Amino acid sequence: MPPVSSSTTTFGAIARPAIAARRRARVRPALLAAALLAPSAVFLLAFTYWPVLQVLLSSLTVRSFGGAAHPGIGNYARLFADPHFAHAVTNNVLYAAGTIVPSLTLALAFALGLRESTRVSTILRTLIALPLLIPLVAAAALFIFIFLPGAGLLDYYLGKLGVGETNWLGNPSLALGSIIAITVWKNTGYYMLFFLAGLSGIPQDFIDAAKIDGAGAWQRFLRITLPLLMPTIGFVLVIAVLNVLTQVDHVIVMTQGGPSDSTALVLFYIYQQAHQNYDIGLASAATVVSVAFLFALSMVSLRTLERGTHYES
Amino acid sequence: MKAEGDGVERLPLPLRAWAAKRTKVGGRSAYPRGRRMSAPLPPTLVRFAAQALKGRGSIFLHTVPLLLTAAALLWATPFAWMAVASLRPGAAGASDIASLFPHGPFSLANFAEAWSDGHFPLWYLNTILLCGGILLVQCITVSLAGYAFARLRFRGRDTLFHAFLLQLMLVPPILIVPNMTTLITLHLYDTLAGVAAPYCASAFGVFLMRQTFRTIPRDYEEAAMLDGASVPTIIFRVLLPLARPGLTAFAIVSVTAHWNEFLWPLMATSSPSTQVLTVGLASFTSGAEAGSEWGVIAAGTFFVAAPLLLAFVLFQRRFVASFTLSGIK
Repeated sequence: MPPVSSSTTTFGAIARPAIAARRRARVRPALLAAALLAPSAVFLLAFTYWPVLQVLLSSLTVRSFGGAAHPGIGNYARLFADPHFAHAVTNNVLYAAGTIVPSLTLALAFALGLRESTRVSTILRTLIALPLLIPLVAAAALFIFIFLPGAGLLDYYLGKLGVGETNWLGNPSLALGSIIAITVWKNTGYYMLFFLAGLSGIPQDFIDAAKIDGAGAWQRFLRITLPLLMPTIGFVLVIAVLNVLTQVDHVIVMTQGGPSDSTALVLFYIYQQAHQNYDIGLASAATVVSVAFLFALSMVSLRTLERGTHYES
Repeated sequence: MKAEGDGVERLPLPLRAWAAKRTKVGGRSAYPRGRRMSAPLPPTLVRFAAQALKGRGSIFLHTVPLLLTAAALLWATPFAWMAVASLRPGAAGASDIASLFPHGPFSLANFAEAWSDGHFPLWYLNTILLCGGILLVQCITVSLAGYAFARLRFRGRDTLFHAFLLQLMLVPPILIVPNMTTLITLHLYDTLAGVAAPYCASAFGVFLMRQTFRTIPRDYEEAAMLDGASVPTIIFRVLLPLARPGLTAFAIVSVTAHWNEFLWPLMATSSPSTQVLTVGLASFTSGAEAGSEWGVIAAGTFFVAAPLLLAFVLFQRRFVASFTLSGIK
């Protein structure tokens, strides 16, 4: 850029190049922005926006036996008539409630108990956070043994307490609970980190003031800590819901949705239709249902997410 | 008796006289003349004792740390078993393979067996290539877009930014079916590039870099601009070195996420030569499970999990700060 002004130039002499520069600056940012955003946009278009459109189209394409394709809602009709899908949705709701409530409660309790940075609490925090570093399949590999009937870790030590052999993963009424247990074990530490960060953002003055006013520990928690922690809780809740819908690695490795569909979650159903049954129409329709749900969730929570991230950083 | 300030008044009655006698503030009269004074108790100790003996306080003081310790130990048990079992050779058929305190003997035989049974060198290589490749491309896309959103004013910026953020929700695992079709069309199916492709743009990264760039004063780039630096030079030579904390946080989150990912690599690859650690471990585990080789499975799991666990323990602060910044990969 040429030097525009010097102390000796007249007003007009400054103004003209300045206007030109401003006009240039108005055109340039749009072009420049387009160029800078293009690399990201290409990948987002190809692997986030286009897939949404494509899966919508293919869910509305019915393929008959002859191979001829025509538009129609046949896939959705089949999907909603499929008892396996209904089962997967029910399981997913149970799974969501069963993982989110305990893991958030425990995470908050751990964060409250370990918020002060003493040497002991740092070690305990690390121990609780460790599971978030390992792949879900690695966790599954460990828990396959933990849940092994008879000789497994759980039965071995329960046996010492006089409890008999239990088929944790093979019993349809226990299997989902076992899958829930892994998820709670794996995610609680992750959520705890958010709560610790959120708690450290609460000014100590508020708590001291309440103490002086004679508020007990429980009152201080309900009236000060909890309300101030609400943005963090909302943020963690969104992540937890997302995790419940997008992580099925343990189901694939441990139970394959069984026994008798008791651990089939929605994403596992999609995986099964696409990968094992090659029923793309059904898989697409189920994907559209999930995407619609996530879309609704993101509309509700994009603000929460943004606020939450602001809050953390 | 003047005892405020040292907590004596908070002690139960029988102890008060004793404590008062032993503290300075207790008053001269408490010490009979001629007797040698024993050293006064430090006030903090008295206060601690008072707290510990106070009815309600003591429940909290003792039970909560115990419960927390118990919970943390419970949380660590799977890892403890992994460590113990991986060090016990030939314990496959033993009835106490679950024991956390076995008598031994210990050796590294399970690790050797896992290493030779699986294709760990290949899986490590593929995983490192995948994570490194994704991170490299992401650094470029994310810094460019982050700069655009942080510094440029253009029409539709906020709408576009929100459209970018949608990727936080519409994560690749949910879009496996259409993305597979895309990979096949692009001839990227069963390649590491194909596995990496959906992650090359990162909404989280753009968000984070935008935030980071905003914290850097404009003076630096204005100075560079006056020196005639181009926009890429400004971004990569001037701003990026200043944005290192944000970039490090992003790198940690990105590598952790993709090191641990399973479903998408499983779907996007089919041949053994493109398997990553997680996919390899799953097939390895199902093989060893049939032979009840639990020690070998533990060793294999250790191979997959150890690098990140070690990095976490070494750089814990960095990791925790990055994770709490992220929320989402």
